[in-house]
Amino acid sequence: MTEFSFIGTETPRPDAPDKAAGKALYIHDLTRPGMLYGKIKFSDYAHARIKHIDTSRAEKLPGVRAVITGYNTPEIRIGFIRDNFVLKQGKVRQFRDEVAAVAAIDPEIAEEAVDLIRVEYEELPGVFTPEEALREDAPLVHEVDVKGRPKTDNLVPVPWKFVAGDVERAKDMAAYRAEDYFETPLIQQSCMGTAGCIAEFDLQNNLLIHTKTQIPFLAQNDFNRALAAIGLEGKNSRVIVPTLGGSFGTGLDTHGYEYISILLAYKTGRPVKIVLTREEEFTALSPRQPSKSHIIQGCDKEGKLLFRDIRMLLDNGAYTSWGATTPSVMMLPISSLYRVPNVFYDTKIVYTNNTYCQAMRGYGNPQAAWALESNMDQLAEAAGMDPYEFRRKNANIPNDISPMGLNITTCGLKECLDTVAEKLQWKEKRGKQKGTGRGVGMASLFHVGGSGRVYRSDGTGIILKLDDFGNVSVISGGVEMGQGFNAALSLATAEALGVTPDRVTVISGDTATCPWDVGTHASRGAFTSCNAAIMASEKARRKVFELASEHFMPRIKSKMKRRKKKDPDFEVPDLDYERICDPSEFDMKENMIFLKEEPENPLLRLTLGDILREAHYKEQGTMIVTEAFYDPCNQMIDAKTCRGNLSATYIFGTQGAEVEVDLETGKVKVLNFVAAHDVGQVLSKQAIKGQIYGGVVQGLGYALSEEYKTSRGKNQNSNFLDYKILSAPDIDFPIEIECVETHDIEGPFGAKGVGEPGLVPTAPAIANAVYDAVGVRIKSLPLTPEKILEALAQKE
Amino acid sequence: MKKEIHFTLNGYEVAAEVEAHKMLLNVLREQLQVTGTKEGCGQGECGACTVLVGGLSVDSCLYPAFEVEGKSVTTIEGLVGEGNKLHPIQKAFVENGGIQCGFCTPGMIMSAKALLDENSHPSEEEIRRGISGNLCRCTGYVQIVESIEKAAHMNEAAPDKSTT
Repeated sequence: MTEFSFIGTETPRPDAPDKAAGKALYIHDLTRPGMLYGKIKFSDYAHARIKHIDTSRAEKLPGVRAVITGYNTPEIRIGFIRDNFVLKQGKVRQFRDEVAAVAAIDPEIAEEAVDLIRVEYEELPGVFTPEEALREDAPLVHEVDVKGRPKTDNLVPVPWKFVAGDVERAKDMAAYRAEDYFETPLIQQSCMGTAGCIAEFDLQNNLLIHTKTQIPFLAQNDFNRALAAIGLEGKNSRVIVPTLGGSFGTGLDTHGYEYISILLAYKTGRPVKIVLTREEEFTALSPRQPSKSHIIQGCDKEGKLLFRDIRMLLDNGAYTSWGATTPSVMMLPISSLYRVPNVFYDTKIVYTNNTYCQAMRGYGNPQAAWALESNMDQLAEAAGMDPYEFRRKNANIPNDISPMGLNITTCGLKECLDTVAEKLQWKEKRGKQKGTGRGVGMASLFHVGGSGRVYRSDGTGIILKLDDFGNVSVISGGVEMGQGFNAALSLATAEALGVTPDRVTVISGDTATCPWDVGTHASRGAFTSCNAAIMASEKARRKVFELASEHFMPRIKSKMKRRKKKDPDFEVPDLDYERICDPSEFDMKENMIFLKEEPENPLLRLTLGDILREAHYKEQGTMIVTEAFYDPCNQMIDAKTCRGNLSATYIFGTQGAEVEVDLETGKVKVLNFVAAHDVGQVLSKQAIKGQIYGGVVQGLGYALSEEYKTSRGKNQNSNFLDYKILSAPDIDFPIEIECVETHDIEGPFGAKGVGEPGLVPTAPAIANAVYDAVGVRIKSLPLTPEKILEALAQKE
Repeated sequence: MKKEIHFTLNGYEVAAEVEAHKMLLNVLREQLQVTGTKEGCGQGECGACTVLVGGLSVDSCLYPAFEVEGKSVTTIEGLVGEGNKLHPIQKAFVENGGIQCGFCTPGMIMSAKALLDENSHPSEEEIRRGISGNLCRCTGYVQIVESIEKAAHMNEAAPDKSTT
């Protein structure tokens, strides 16, 4: 195993001190000279025709600088298939539809002005479940498609279907089968810092926008398209990402409020800031989509999986976001978690008059894992097998190609299963605590670990800039959202280049100065950027050693002379100071350049800064800037066959819990939680623990308490009192993390992406433990006390 | 109605002319440009805006500005010593991974400060209760609780002399 200086250490995150001191600047903290405040007027109906908008009173309010609607601004189309308009004309399709907006000199005037806008509607019948929307006589959410052709149903034209082998034949052959229906609710990402932006134009009509996004470069592309739509063809957008107060998928799309800021800024000639209130964050951002799954799995007499058949119904809401592509990721565990030869997976994504959905951490995988891993326990029971042994028997193995064409290289699933079983005392506890209300359960995960090619390029650029003092700027297109991107990237650069981490500064989040990156999603940030940093570091080392070949010995000589001057007793060693060394003779570690032959000789060492200064200040001097663009060896999924090696490597993991169910109240108490992940290699110990703990606890919220409630399209719990994310007293049990290191060949120093996985199998692990504890299977999230009591009553 | 209020902010006398409906958070962030204190919800539910008034932790988004007259307010900025020297609690958060996106951090640290001022050796359960009003979406609280435990030990080694 390789010995590392910094990789895998507890080195504190570089962004932490400023955050601890309250000095990090979030969008909320930024102001620009002459800045106005924007506010949006949202729809009063889930589905209605707009008859008239009266903005006259708002326009007359002192302090108001602009009032815009869909009728006095150019049309800007947004959304994954461009079925959404920034400001609505004709009709509204959801409560969060933007019908008008104002810019004013302060936020209170802006709010007052929005209240003065009168909109006359004619209410239309709506559709609020996918089942309703699929009825033949259902009202249409969109009468025409994006090309203007009449639509005859509410289907989103993004079908996902994957077929491998012969599921029908396998069904006949199966000795045991398990079939059921599972549901997940809408989930709000609940970033502590709400979304927002400040848009402004320079005098050449180029856009500068500070905005909360995970995809600065795709956003730049979207905004440039919007500029063209408002008559500024060829003008450019510069996207700057401030410190993000969490993101969790909210920043994967560009949003209506960003374009509204742009329109208001263009109209007024002044910077315009829109920051969502907490209530707006709930009602006007896209939550994680809900799912309904029908699943059947079967195995042979020995417990070998034979087939998996999953049909899903997804409520898309009124418009498409990237959320409509989550089935492409759901497909990964469905086709490839455990070895299963025959797979059928089909989704229907349906327009409704509910809020339109987006992805959240896991990108569809949590919904798939909920059905899949709940049903794995059911099938194990049908086959009379222990669910852990059953999973182990079917576990993925290294160097295998799954039916979807996923090239599984390193795979530590069996180790993860064994670790969780051991730490939970599975053999002693599973099925052996009857009558105590206690039980243990587990579930596994399969996710992209080597980025995911959802866009034609899956690349990321890095620029390394070395200065005269041996400091290194790593200029990256990636985004620190709180996940520890800067920590991983600074450690990887320090390790690869041969400097100490305190010498490394990560510069990111500016499309004008940073190299292109497809976005910080798919748990890809550290994987891709650290790989790019390793490539750029190798180039920089070559340049450093080339410069050293010329400057090393002369510089050593002048140092000796100076020393001799200060200390006449010093004896200058007899060396060939005129020698031109070969670049290959050098190595660099912890900022020091030395000859490989004599790594310990204190007289034959120079700092990186020494060499860089020599090279800079000589005649015809030089400086070192290197760049690299890393594009992983993965493939886009073929649209027709849904096959392709989406990721350069895959991450596996198992999570398990011991729970206690209160038979009187139905409350589930977690007693102990274990997470074992095949992470390839730990890059930053602090950050990786933070990712797994954080993912697990978000997953526990998904399992036990979170549910974004709507009534006929209107959100009913737009605050943290009614939408219950877990708080510190809820986590009164140990969470044990085990990182299995399989040293992936594609990973930077062997690492895989770890951002999302902790969330993925948490809910089914809890549900499986509840089943072991009290013998009831809850099939819709969250596992509320009411559902458990009802199930217990039915059981009796 | 507007009124001039006077209070001590992080050891300095300050004055601000404020309207009756303004909260302490508005005065800090909008009028005094002390933006370390965050607004996460504006409804007293997330704790991101926690500051100390007279040594006690309050949600500054619900604390009427008029009521701060004559009192002493400590915000996250007030914990940082000369030469950007972090307070032991801040240091513990940095060293133990208690910070991810950082948006809840100022409020979380102020709640931890109020807790440790009152109880220098809290149990794990007392720590969890002490930060029960502070939501964090990133960390799952594990490394935050560890940070506060470590801060309590650091306090023991070097007693905290900062004022509240």
